[in-house]
Amino acid sequence: MSVLFLLITLSLLLASGFLFAFIWSVKSGQFDDDYTPSVRMLFDNKINNIKK
Amino acid sequence: MIACSHCTDKCSSNSICIDNKIFCCEGCKTVYQILLENQLNDYYDIDENPGITPKPHFKGKFSYLDDDVLNKLLIFNDDDIAVVQFEIPAIHCSSCVWLLEKLDCLQKGVVSSQVNFIKKTLRITYNSSQVKLSDIVEKISVIGYEPIISLEMLSEEKKKTNKEATYRLGVAGFCFGNIMLLSLADYLGMDKNNFTSFHTVFNYLNFILSLPVFFYSAWPYFNSAFRGLKQKWLNIDVPISLGILVLFLRSSYEVFSKVGTGYFDSLSGLVFFLLIGKYFQNKTYKHLSFERDYKSYFPMAVTLLNGSAEIQILVKKLKKGDRILVRNEELIPADCVLISGNARIDNSFVTGENRNLSKSKGAIIYAGGKQIGSSIELEVIKEVSHSYLTELWNSTAFEKNESKSIKGVTDKISKYFTLTVLFIACISGIIWMQTDVGKAVQVISAILIVACPCALALSAPFALGNTLRIFGNHKFYLKNTDVIEQISRISDVVFDKTGTLTISGKSTVNFVGNVLDDNKLMIIKSICRNSSHPLSRIIYNAIDAELMVLKNYKEIVGKGLQANGVRVGSAEFLGVDSVKGVSQVHLEIEGVYLGYFKIESTKRGVLKKTINKLHKKVLHLISGDNDAEIGDMQTYFPKDNIYFNMLPPDKLNYIAELQKTDKNVMMIGDGLNDAGALQQSNVGVSISEDINSFSPACDAILDASNFNKLPLFIKFSKMAMKVVYLSFFISFMYNIVGMYFAIKGDMTPIFAAILMPVSSITVVMFTTITTNSLFRKINS
Repeated sequence: MSVLFLLITLSLLLASGFLFAFIWSVKSGQFDDDYTPSVRMLFDNKINNIKK
Repeated sequence: MIACSHCTDKCSSNSICIDNKIFCCEGCKTVYQILLENQLNDYYDIDENPGITPKPHFKGKFSYLDDDVLNKLLIFNDDDIAVVQFEIPAIHCSSCVWLLEKLDCLQKGVVSSQVNFIKKTLRITYNSSQVKLSDIVEKISVIGYEPIISLEMLSEEKKKTNKEATYRLGVAGFCFGNIMLLSLADYLGMDKNNFTSFHTVFNYLNFILSLPVFFYSAWPYFNSAFRGLKQKWLNIDVPISLGILVLFLRSSYEVFSKVGTGYFDSLSGLVFFLLIGKYFQNKTYKHLSFERDYKSYFPMAVTLLNGSAEIQILVKKLKKGDRILVRNEELIPADCVLISGNARIDNSFVTGENRNLSKSKGAIIYAGGKQIGSSIELEVIKEVSHSYLTELWNSTAFEKNESKSIKGVTDKISKYFTLTVLFIACISGIIWMQTDVGKAVQVISAILIVACPCALALSAPFALGNTLRIFGNHKFYLKNTDVIEQISRISDVVFDKTGTLTISGKSTVNFVGNVLDDNKLMIIKSICRNSSHPLSRIIYNAIDAELMVLKNYKEIVGKGLQANGVRVGSAEFLGVDSVKGVSQVHLEIEGVYLGYFKIESTKRGVLKKTINKLHKKVLHLISGDNDAEIGDMQTYFPKDNIYFNMLPPDKLNYIAELQKTDKNVMMIGDGLNDAGALQQSNVGVSISEDINSFSPACDAILDASNFNKLPLFIKFSKMAMKVVYLSFFISFMYNIVGMYFAIKGDMTPIFAAILMPVSSITVVMFTTITTNSLFRKINS
């Protein structure tokens, strides 16, 4: 049963990883616009020979 | 009538035809060709009718962007790379998003571009050594997406979005979940004697996990409570902070002296729910601006006449004596004197006057009006910031007053709540001290913990927050939830006329005189077709008749038109008396005077029904226009409450006078001339045909299409407040139950941990479901 200590520590570490990811994504502005990505996603990415 | 291949408007006779495609104008054709050259004509396939007719522009229109203002406009500027963000109201569909994000294909030097569809903004990253900002702006204008470049972009303050609230919520949620997990064993009756090591470790872990909640997530509550106490005011954050503090202290004591498990789960749960409530309450409409002043209405630059050369100069730099050129549909940026040209000024936004005024040489033209027709030359007599209109913004009504914000209903109740709880705690403490001192401390802290203002603090945010959302779904956008409380208390409703009760831009034409037969109508329509004068166009659109060929057509500028023996024009052109205060076009056929066309703005169709439904409130009408249409208005408004020819400061004073007699006033207006009144009133509602275009600073924005729902919104605001009071009652019930156990000394950690979420969820569900169903009922 003493393995529980190890398991709890690991799960807390994992959870804090998620917390860190949350804070990082909010900070980098990922959630500032939650509508336009849904529009952008539906564009066809045709193989085009447009000169860049 | 064939539709233009680009903008799908009907093509008239002067359409352009290339490659089997027909265009209504040169601009549309240009856009099509640009897209074709760059192989971007998928634009037309992505969404329906994406094409926008580009606005006419002249060479060098944006040249001022490359000089002084550049640094103020850019978000980021470093060696070669620069980032700029523009608001483009023309963005309206997914084709727009697609095309604007392919800007790098259209314009060399642009690295990338990103659209925010809700806010209608475009963020462009470009290489400043390869392309000038003015070229980029010209390119997007030519394809129909001209950005708004207003004076506001030069103002120093740039609002930074504060994400702290989200971080605090995330941390609280993280800690709450993990503490609950660790407390699970204790809920399920863990055998503390056999598993002491686990028990101790879990307790200390809970303590550590609650530290970020106590010091970081709960910080705003401590801060607000402290500030409230300094001003001798018990707001809702005082009992909240007290509860959190007692929870933390007692739980830490229990854990470190190994007396018990403490209440860390209740602590983190309390903070988490409260932060959710705050988040819900603070959701606003970020893509609408409730704070606009004249700076977002005025353009940034104007054409300066330097001898014979025309240069674009910042409006801020205009000095007295400068000569400027103002074209069709352009705004006059400062008080000026007319030097030359045919001035027809549309002042509806600024003074509320309905008709376009013709000004003669030497007349003063005030800032904010729009020129309709050909270009005019003006001489500046006052700088922009000292113009007649902008002086209005120095009024005290515009000062952001802390004392003006009304204490919300929650804060009012919290005063009594805190005092009652403290009173009960004292009494119980004293009673218990007679028998058992240790128990007394336990009981006092239990009372302070369980008398949780959690449900109380969530009632208003969720009830009013949901109301805000419901209103938004019906195109009534409020600045924040405080406005709902204000609306529920109004006694008087004041209306502006131009643009509010009437539809701006739409006109009704009536002929005063003998009835005109079809032949006459044919001639009149054909004559008007050839003139680009705004009144001619209005008459042309209003008459339903065939067209015919004319002989001897002649237009006398500023006076009238004639052909085939028919004369149409101003009163002085025909030698008759002018009718007072009305837009008029007189008619004479073969020397016989037949009458005149009366042109007035169209009243909203739903006006009568809407006004009738507002019969419980006292109604007023104040207008900057003249009293030509007073007869009609008298059927809707009490005679004593109608005022015309009101200048913007007059409107402000009218509202202020009403408020002196303790009336709560709602003002409904749409233009800059209402700005002062909207600020002064308790609730300022700006009515708008297009919510993305300018509206002056206000508390609420109402889309004109839902004007008829105004009485409904007022009625529902009252109902929403009743829901708030009911849910206060529910949370009091929970508090009483909890306090019963606390006073008896029987409050266990699990009991507190259950009571808090249950009461919160009850309040949230009750307020949400009730407001939704109530609104559905009164809307049907």
